[in-house]
Amino acid sequence: MSAAHLSLEESAGFDRSIIDYVQRAAATGLYEIRGLGAKRKVPHFDDLVFLGASLSRYPLEGYREKCSTRTVLGGRYASKPLELEIPITIAGMSFGALSANVKEALGRAASELGTSTTTGDGGMTSEERGSSKTLVYQCLPSRYGFDPDDVRRADAIEIVIGQGAKPGGGGMLLGQKVNPRVARMRTLPEGVDQRSACRHPDWTGPDDLAIKIRELREITDWEKPIYVKVGATRVFNDVKLAVHAGADVVVVDGMQGGTAATQTVFIEHVGIPTLAALRQAVDALDDLNMRGQVQLIISGGIRTGADVAKALAMGADAVSIGQGVLMALGCNSDSYVHNGQHVSAVADYNALGTAPGFCHHCHTGRCPVGVTTQDPVLEQRLQPAIGARRVRNYLKTMNMELTTIARACGKQDVHHLEREDLVALSVEAAAMARVPLAGTQWIPGM
Amino acid sequence: MAHLNQAPALEESVREFDLASTTVRELNRYLHKDLPAADAPRVVVTHPDGAHSIACGLDAPVDVEVHGHVGYYVAGMNKHARVTVHGNAGPGAAENMMSGFVRIRGYASTSAGASARGGCLVIEGDASLRCGISLKGADIVVGGSVGSFSAFMAQAGRMVICGDAGDALGDSLYEAVIYVRGEVKSLGADARFEPMSAEDRKVVAELLGIAGFKHDPAEFRRIASARQLYHWNADANQEY
Repeated sequence: MSAAHLSLEESAGFDRSIIDYVQRAAATGLYEIRGLGAKRKVPHFDDLVFLGASLSRYPLEGYREKCSTRTVLGGRYASKPLELEIPITIAGMSFGALSANVKEALGRAASELGTSTTTGDGGMTSEERGSSKTLVYQCLPSRYGFDPDDVRRADAIEIVIGQGAKPGGGGMLLGQKVNPRVARMRTLPEGVDQRSACRHPDWTGPDDLAIKIRELREITDWEKPIYVKVGATRVFNDVKLAVHAGADVVVVDGMQGGTAATQTVFIEHVGIPTLAALRQAVDALDDLNMRGQVQLIISGGIRTGADVAKALAMGADAVSIGQGVLMALGCNSDSYVHNGQHVSAVADYNALGTAPGFCHHCHTGRCPVGVTTQDPVLEQRLQPAIGARRVRNYLKTMNMELTTIARACGKQDVHHLEREDLVALSVEAAAMARVPLAGTQWIPGM
Repeated sequence: MAHLNQAPALEESVREFDLASTTVRELNRYLHKDLPAADAPRVVVTHPDGAHSIACGLDAPVDVEVHGHVGYYVAGMNKHARVTVHGNAGPGAAENMMSGFVRIRGYASTSAGASARGGCLVIEGDASLRCGISLKGADIVVGGSVGSFSAFMAQAGRMVICGDAGDALGDSLYEAVIYVRGEVKSLGADARFEPMSAEDRKVVAELLGIAGFKHDPAEFRRIASARQLYHWNADANQEY
C-alpha cells in the first residue's frame, strides 16, 4: 500500500501524534517536559491584516518621513518611568534557563537599540546588569536570589503572577542545569530538580498585592515603575485587579509564550491565545478609563514587525519577546559560530532525538547552539558579541517593519496605529480581536 | 495596649517619627536617604496603628524601635538594621531579610520571615501560617507556636520553635533545619525527625541565647529533609 493511501486511513482522533503520546506514556509513566511554547495552531496575529492608506487615508512617505517609536512605560506612580527608543522589549528569562553569555548578549542588544531586557527566576547576574542600560527585575514566587540591592539597581520591578506557557504553575529547572553558580544564586543544592513555587510566599490575592506593590514602592522610594505580569487566562478581570492593586504597567503573556521547561500538557492546554488576551486586556483598561495611564505590554508568540504593529494597533503600548530573540541567537539553527566559522550542530540535535527546526529540548541543558545551557563547553557556542549583534539586527528589522506599516497607515507615531486599521482573515480571529472580517462590516458577537 | 505607643524618654540624638502626624513615606525616606553618619543612629516610631511597610528596605546599621502594632512587611528586605516592634506584626515581617536583627515583641501574622536570606528574626509570641516559608539562610526563633505550612520549601537557615507547630511543618524542605520543642501536628512531605547531635544542641542554645529565651536545648527535636524529593520521582505520584 502506498504512503499516500496509508495517510487516508489515519485517524483524526488517534493520529500519529496521539498514538506516540499514548505509547510513550505507557512505556514511561511520565508526562513530557519540554521547552518553548504552544505548538498547536491557534488564532494569531497572522489572521489579521492592515488596511493601508489609499484615497480615504493619507500615507506617509515610507522612506523619508519620520515615524516615532519612542515608548514611555510606568509613569502612573513612578517618578522615573522607562523611556525606550522602541516598543519592543526583551522578556524575562532566567539565568539558569539561559547561560550568562546569553543574558549578556541580550543586555547588549537591548542597550544598543534603546530598549529594556528583563531578569528571570534565579536573580540578577552581574553580566546582565552590566550590559543592560535598562533592566527590569522580576519578583517571582520562588524569590530565588531576590536581593534588595538588585531592587535598588534595577530600572523597574516586575511582579510575576503567571506565565503564558503555564498560568497557575511554578518554575522548573531540571537538575542538569543547576550548576554550582545557579545553585549558589538560588540557595539550592547543586543538581536538584528545581520545581519552584507558584504562589508568592508573602501575599495572597489582589488586596495583598496592592500592599506588596506599596512595599516595593517604599523600598525604591517611589522611583521605579512596578509591572505586574499575568499569564493569559481570565484576562479582563486579572488586568483590572492588577490596575486596582497599583500597577504602573501590566504585562499579559499569551499561551504561545515560551518556557525553558514545563509539562507539554500545561503548555498546550492551559491559557488563551495572545490575540484573545490582548483584546480582553485593552477592554479592561478601557473599562477603567486607564488607557494611557497604565501601559500594557503583550507577549506570547510575537515574532515579526507585523506582529508588533498589529499588537500596537490592537491597543498594546509595547511587546515583549522571548522565543524570537532566542531564535535570533541561533536557537534551532543548524550551526553555531566558532572562530568565525560555522560549525554544524546537527549531530548534537540528533543526539537529543530531534533536528534543527524542531528542537524544544531547552529543559535538558544540552542546547546544541549554546543558548539554553549551563554546560561549560556548550555555552561557549554562543559568544556575547555575536549574539548581541544578531539580536540587535533582529530587533532593528522588526522596528523597521513596524514603522513601514505605520507609515503605510498614515501614522507619524507607531502608537497611533489603531484597531480601525485592522481586519481579520478568519471568523475566529475577528471574534477574538473584535475587528471586522475582511471585506465585511461583520464582527462576530457584536 | 495603650502603653504600646508610648516611647521612652528620648535622648537628643534619637529621631522620633509619630505616625499619627507624619507618613510612612517620610519615615522611610529618612531611613533610606537622610540617616546621620553617626554610628548606630536610633529612630523611634510611635502610633504605627497597623501601617504597612514600616522600616522596609533599610540598608544601614540603624536601630529602629516601633511602639505599637504594625501591618504588613515591617522591616521587609532588611539589611544591617536592628528593628524592634513593641507590639504585633502583620504578614511578611522581615520578609526577604538579608542581614540585621528584627524582634517582634508580640505575635506575628502569616509568612513571617518569608524567603529571608540572612540575619535573625525573633518572634516572642506565636507566629501564624507559613512562618519561614521559602527560608533562604536566615535564623528564625519563635517563642510561641507556629501555624501550618511553616518552613514550607525552606531552602537554608535555621528555625527554632519553642512551642508547637501546626500541620505540614517543613513541607518540601531543602537544607533548612527546624528545631521544635512542643508538639508537631504533622510533618510535611519529605520532612522527618532526626536525632539531635551535640552540634544541634549548641545551635539551639546559641539561638535561644540570642533571642533571650530560657529553655533547655535538650527539649528540642530536629527536623530536616529526607531528601527523597530532590529529584523527579515518577512513583511519588501526588506526594509533592
